[in-house]
Amino acid sequence: MKWISPARLQNLGIQGMNRRNLDFIGRYNERRLYPLVDDKLKTKILANQYAVPVAQLHFVVRHQHEVRHIEGRLEGLQGFAVKPAKGSGGKGILIVSERSGDTFVKPSGNCLGLDDLRRHLSNILAGLYSLSGVPDVAIVEDLIELDDCFQGYSHEGIPDLRVIVFRGYPVMAMLRLATHASDGKANLHQGAVGVGLDIATGRCLNAVQFHRPVQVHPDTGQKLKDIHVPDWPSILVLAARCYEMTGLGYMGTDIVIDRSRGPLLLELNARPGLAIQIANNQGILPRLEHIESLAGLRPEPEARVRYAMETFSG
Amino acid sequence: MKMSRTPVYLIALVLVIIACSLAVLRHARLDIPFFPGQQRSLWLVEARVDFHAEGGEVTVSLDIPDSPPGFRVIMEQAASPGYGFSIIESNGDRRGEWTIRSASGPQTLYYKAQVVAVERSGEDSADPPPPPAGVFWDEPQATAADHLLARALATSSTPESLARELIKLLTAADPGQNAALLLSTHSLVEALDMLLRQAGVPTRLSRGLVLEDARRRQQLVPLIEVYSRERWVLFDPATGSQELPRNLLLWYQGGRGLLDVEGGSRSGVSFSMIEQTVPALELARAQMSPTGFAFFDIQHLPIEEQSMFKMLLLLPVAALVVVFMRILVGLRTSGTFMPILIALAFIQTSLLPGLVSFVAIVALGLLIRAYLSRLNLLLVARIAVLVVVVVFIICFFSVLGYRIGLNTGMTITFFPMIIIAWTIERMSILWEEEGYREVLIQGGGSLIVAVFAYALMKWPLINHLSFNFPELNLIPLALILLVGQYGGYRLTELWRFRAFEDHAP
Repeated sequence: MKWISPARLQNLGIQGMNRRNLDFIGRYNERRLYPLVDDKLKTKILANQYAVPVAQLHFVVRHQHEVRHIEGRLEGLQGFAVKPAKGSGGKGILIVSERSGDTFVKPSGNCLGLDDLRRHLSNILAGLYSLSGVPDVAIVEDLIELDDCFQGYSHEGIPDLRVIVFRGYPVMAMLRLATHASDGKANLHQGAVGVGLDIATGRCLNAVQFHRPVQVHPDTGQKLKDIHVPDWPSILVLAARCYEMTGLGYMGTDIVIDRSRGPLLLELNARPGLAIQIANNQGILPRLEHIESLAGLRPEPEARVRYAMETFSG
Repeated sequence: MKMSRTPVYLIALVLVIIACSLAVLRHARLDIPFFPGQQRSLWLVEARVDFHAEGGEVTVSLDIPDSPPGFRVIMEQAASPGYGFSIIESNGDRRGEWTIRSASGPQTLYYKAQVVAVERSGEDSADPPPPPAGVFWDEPQATAADHLLARALATSSTPESLARELIKLLTAADPGQNAALLLSTHSLVEALDMLLRQAGVPTRLSRGLVLEDARRRQQLVPLIEVYSRERWVLFDPATGSQELPRNLLLWYQGGRGLLDVEGGSRSGVSFSMIEQTVPALELARAQMSPTGFAFFDIQHLPIEEQSMFKMLLLLPVAALVVVFMRILVGLRTSGTFMPILIALAFIQTSLLPGLVSFVAIVALGLLIRAYLSRLNLLLVARIAVLVVVVVFIICFFSVLGYRIGLNTGMTITFFPMIIIAWTIERMSILWEEEGYREVLIQGGGSLIVAVFAYALMKWPLINHLSFNFPELNLIPLALILLVGQYGGYRLTELWRFRAFEDHAP
């Protein structure tokens, strides 16, 4: 039950919400670019233009009347994910991992009927999950398959990587592992495990759940210290390329690793949270200020990643 | 790449300066008090004119106060059955005139004025009056006057000091022979007046009224004004003091006589007075005229609009509370300005009943909303259903409250109802999405902010200032601008990041 003094936080370079909003989001993210990342469908189309790999889109449900005849379009799809295009924080995402006839099975084992699916779609269209309640569209896309390297680290969900990209440079990264407590979601405040990753190597630096350090995954007992994300530089390059794609100076890129397709861009966030600092057990400000002080920005994403890996090690 | 923050500081400073100076100016000009419930004392002075009418036409003319230094006349009226009354102004001299075609026997006329003490401003300079007419004394007295005047002139330099010296000579405990001679046939003021005029100093005989609470049958005190250095200087001949006591109301300043009665005899005027206390604000409002400074005042709008403005002008303070709580403290609320709306709802219902019924209705609404979500309705229809349900819940609570004798608090009107319906919808979505914890955090945060905003909006001082000095609302605006560029840590972040306390230095 101890509080920390503002001076100490300042010393550690911890970014607070006000600082983030004022000095980074407000200054480096142009408002007109927000729709590109706030709408997953737009992000997807944009990613396809820039040849940034994303989960394959099956179809989009735009109108209420399409919802009635949804079964025809779902034909042949065994597993899929339904997402609101303008959802945030994982809201309204429905994962179907298996299906037998008109029964859809969620990763948790719960079953849904066709009517449940229809209601979910119609809720999405009405804007229940969208940022400000505006009408939305539903995206149905390919299911991501768990990569072997995360075997035992995930509970009822696919782990996702969050990389903060500042002016095109990856500055801090973490891996988010769903837990039973987080109900298969990768949101830290709901109890997901956050694993801070070394920018240089993709290895685990520190892991937290509910703001407290943890050594093992609470559901599977796997040692978190052993985590080593494979193919690390290409993940960072994927994240860094999103800068060219969107033009946003300060953003969070969410990346998943698919067993067959490798790293895929899941979504972008123009207002990334502060919890990544807790997962890394260090403040992000020194790194951001370092990038701010750079005179010339490297135009090549690979060069930026190399620079970041050399500079922000550990 | 730090942006300059000077413009914001500058704008904020300008706003504060404008707000304060406008408020001070309006306070000075219109007398609007800065604090609620301030009392001002006010004198009700009544002049009573008695005379014996001789059966024919009667015209009574009484000098009435003009703009006596240190006082302001708020209201005046005359009460005299059967008489016509009007106030006649000529050369800045105001007189009340009563007229009647025929009257006989003893008559009583009343003139009433309400006066209030104000800051005494520097006396205005006056045009030089014509040189005084010559003075004629009886023979032995002329010599005495010459002597006195010579003595006073020797020890004085200005008309003012001459008057002082003469008063000293005339009122000495052991007056000399010359003074005693003059005072044997003339009153003190008369003697003084004649001596000064003999010296070529213009004078004016005035009369004042000493204000004392609940005095009756008072007479005016004779005073003398001396023209010196382009202004009139008032002397109290009895004491020689130039400084008028604060409770002296100058009733009559030179001019025609105090009272003229045509068609009557045995006339006399006497005064009575009482001190009253009235709210300063009412006094200010009574004096306001819809011109000049008060032109844009809200007080001149119809009452209905006024009460709306009263509410509206409280919003800046509430907005400041929200900004403060969210940016500096870091409380999470449902919606940015929902807490303000909830606070407004509380103002309509009063706090405790409002809080209890709000929580009860939202809780019950959430239960019903949970069932509604199973019915598989479209979102818009669901919210509409919720509004209708909330109407029924409120009706039910109102009737229940009335039956068990709690009818006072349950005055939830149209406006809070929509807020409640919308809150229920948001909270239920939050519940489904983030779980009950988030509902408690955001709902609790909203209620805390709403209660703070409510407390501020209900604070009589804020209430008084925001309505009577609308320009002061620029100060919350300036503060919001300043808080809007606060890049430091929020209070809750000091708790959130507490794990770093164990971090190696």
